[in-house]
Amino acid sequence: MIPTKEEFFNGLAAKHGAELQKKFAAASVAVCGAGGLGSNIAIALARAGVGRLKIIDFDKIEITNLNRQQYFADQIGLFKAQALKENLSKIAPYCEVTAEVAKITEENVTSLLKGFPIVCEAFDKAEAKAMLVNAILENMPETYLVSGSGMASLNSANSIKTRKITDRFYLCGDLTNDVDAGDGLFGARVLVCAAHQAHTILRIIAGEFEA
Amino acid sequence: MVKINGQEIDAAGKTISEIIEKEGYNAARLAVELNGSIVPKAKYAETVVKENDVIEVVRFVGGG
Repeated sequence: MIPTKEEFFNGLAAKHGAELQKKFAAASVAVCGAGGLGSNIAIALARAGVGRLKIIDFDKIEITNLNRQQYFADQIGLFKAQALKENLSKIAPYCEVTAEVAKITEENVTSLLKGFPIVCEAFDKAEAKAMLVNAILENMPETYLVSGSGMASLNSANSIKTRKITDRFYLCGDLTNDVDAGDGLFGARVLVCAAHQAHTILRIIAGEFEA
Repeated sequence: MVKINGQEIDAAGKTISEIIEKEGYNAARLAVELNGSIVPKAKYAETVVKENDVIEVVRFVGGG
């Protein structure tokens, strides 16, 4: 038996406080990329009771994703955006999730993200991260943007931090460890960065704007 | 002097493009803030930095 929407809200409010829970329930967040960062961020936000999520990703699940991405073995080959929506429906049945199988480009970024005051950059390629961040900062100045850069390697997780770069642009990660350096990508360290991003988003929703 | 990522650098009079090239940054992997505002990529070549400007160059790395 799945609890009712009201029971869900009350359960979350018991942990977060009713006033804050209302803010979470009224929030809309777009998650760009549903890999190691995005799948973990989306689940953290859905668990917190965020009301509306849009998941945008063009990729399919591969076996090499399973060390860090929130998918099941029998989901290999499925589109990540759709599989994540399915998984989120089991975790947070009253979270309104839109799955968009699409590649975000400079041309479609504004239309894809319209109506979402908070955007999370959760891509894997550095060029794609830079493209999305530049496009949002240039064209959508009212949007809060939380980006992740630097979570590869087995280095200490303590070097992963959240920095506030401008009024509405937050950057999480160690800013240094590039996956292209060949030092690997470890699920727990990626999760630390994802947790920084998800937590920063919850703080923004709560009206706490310091990094 | 101009402050770039917290470091004082003698770059007044130079364009953003010139600074990126001199520092050896990969232009496809960065975002540039000048005094708190984003510099559009299309304006890198024509944006000249002045004495006491504060520049933040965010260099993205891969992984996610």
